[in-house]
Amino acid sequence: MKALSVKNLKKIYPNGLAALKGIDLDVEQGDFFALLGQNGAGKSTTISIICSLINKTSGSVSVFGYDTDRDLAHAKSLIGIVPQEINFNSFEKISQILINQAGYYGIPKHIAATRMEKYLNEMGLWEMRDQPAIRLSGGMKRRLMIARSLMNEPKLLILDEPTAGVDIELRHHLWRFLKKLNESGTTIILTTHYLEEAEHLCKHVAIIDHGEIIEHANMKELINRLHVQTMILDIARPLTIEPKLDEFVWRLQDASSIEVEIHRQQSLNDLFNKLSAQKIEISSMRNKTNRLEELFLHLITENKNQAPRS
Amino acid sequence: MITRTGVYPNFIALYTLTRKEMSRFLRIWTQTLLPPAITMSLYFLIFGKFIGSQINKIDGFAYIQYIVPGLVMMSTMTSAYANTASSFFLTKFNKSIEELLVSPMPNILILIGFMMGGILRGIMVGFIVLIISYLFTHVPIAHPLIVILMAVLSAMVFSLGGLINAIYAKRFDDISFIPTFVLTPLTYLGGVFYSIDQLPPVWRTVSMLNPVLNMVDTFRFGILGVSDLNPWYGFGLVSLFFIVLFTWARILLDRGTGVKV
Repeated sequence: MKALSVKNLKKIYPNGLAALKGIDLDVEQGDFFALLGQNGAGKSTTISIICSLINKTSGSVSVFGYDTDRDLAHAKSLIGIVPQEINFNSFEKISQILINQAGYYGIPKHIAATRMEKYLNEMGLWEMRDQPAIRLSGGMKRRLMIARSLMNEPKLLILDEPTAGVDIELRHHLWRFLKKLNESGTTIILTTHYLEEAEHLCKHVAIIDHGEIIEHANMKELINRLHVQTMILDIARPLTIEPKLDEFVWRLQDASSIEVEIHRQQSLNDLFNKLSAQKIEISSMRNKTNRLEELFLHLITENKNQAPRS
Repeated sequence: MITRTGVYPNFIALYTLTRKEMSRFLRIWTQTLLPPAITMSLYFLIFGKFIGSQINKIDGFAYIQYIVPGLVMMSTMTSAYANTASSFFLTKFNKSIEELLVSPMPNILILIGFMMGGILRGIMVGFIVLIISYLFTHVPIAHPLIVILMAVLSAMVFSLGGLINAIYAKRFDDISFIPTFVLTPLTYLGGVFYSIDQLPPVWRTVSMLNPVLNMVDTFRFGILGVSDLNPWYGFGLVSLFFIVLFTWARILLDRGTGVKV
């Protein structure tokens, strides 16, 4: 079953800006889906239309088979949203924000209270439940919005850049939490600027550029399409002579690290064998940039070079 | 896929919004309940006691008694208006309106929830002012049912007015424009302080179209048992205003005016 089906979705803002030019998007139930794109590409507009925060110009959206034009209440009851910007009343108590949100979804208070305890504990905010939200730090506010989005135990959770401005430890905690949530059956759609995050978490990906979907694929297949990866090799002992790596495109970054381009048909074993033969010991290896990031930039540039835009 | 929609979930949603609205104005009671109590006490003291003692009886009642229904109604109307106008605008301003928009709560219940907040504050303030009036004079409650019905109906109309104002408002200043330039003149020319029998015939006819006059006059009939106009005409006109404003607000929310692009 499709958790989300978007057909020919268009949005033209009152100022004439065509933010979405007829996109199609399908997300299967149980998927962990990344919606990627540059600033202003149309990600947040898409999400806002799905969640009824923005009116669409034309097209259709259905959530688990419920069309948002005909069965809006049913569709909404299955969605949880974590928006990019803070959108709660900062003067309200944390507990009240969550209980009220559950109430708007028609959830009785005793059930809401149990869920509130569960998700505030999960987000490390239980001790602060009686504090007004204004006392929270930026990262805590983001966690509060995640807890709030779970109060209706959504079947489809949409997160619009949930880890923006969040420290590394918390980001990893959120990743673990979202993975667990997805494994328990919740379909998750994520937009992020951290492509490492998308690669780490998501099974499928769509890339949106200037209001058009330019790629919609399985994450692994997409990564495999990458023709060239640039690797940085750290050398255990500084080089005294230049290595001989004829089949590879390479350059020395400094005396203790080499940057090597590895094409898809080339093997890392060949590279290591050559280095070993020259008694060059590698202490560590890493991608110069995230693989998805390389691919993303490649696709965006390719799209930019195509037909002129209206 | 099983979803949580229907009558009971909708009732919980409406109850949640109403309770939230009520706790908001109770939490800031020094800004919402206390000021009208103080202002109206001054009205009773200055217009009722000091100046009123120099004025002849109107319809058989002392001037201070005559102005009680008008002042109670004036406080009810302005409080109901102010509640929805400021609450909805702030909800829009801090984007917490999105908490409602993403939920399955139907627009009509969002409308009624905000309106309930305005009604509750309006009625509470009206009741406080009525109690205060007994410190200065005594008024009979001639027709209690009419008093309650007209107070609630007027609070409904003004809550909707405040809501519509807040939907259109782009800046905080915009929510004080209508009260200053429309409501205050309508209220002061709405027979709070005088009987329209004292007006020339032309102005008397024009005044009959003023909904505030009809609210005050019908409310006065409920409290004192005297009125310048037919109370049923008052109920009819105010009900008509309610239907028009309710429909207008409903259309605006369905279109997403002021909250969605």
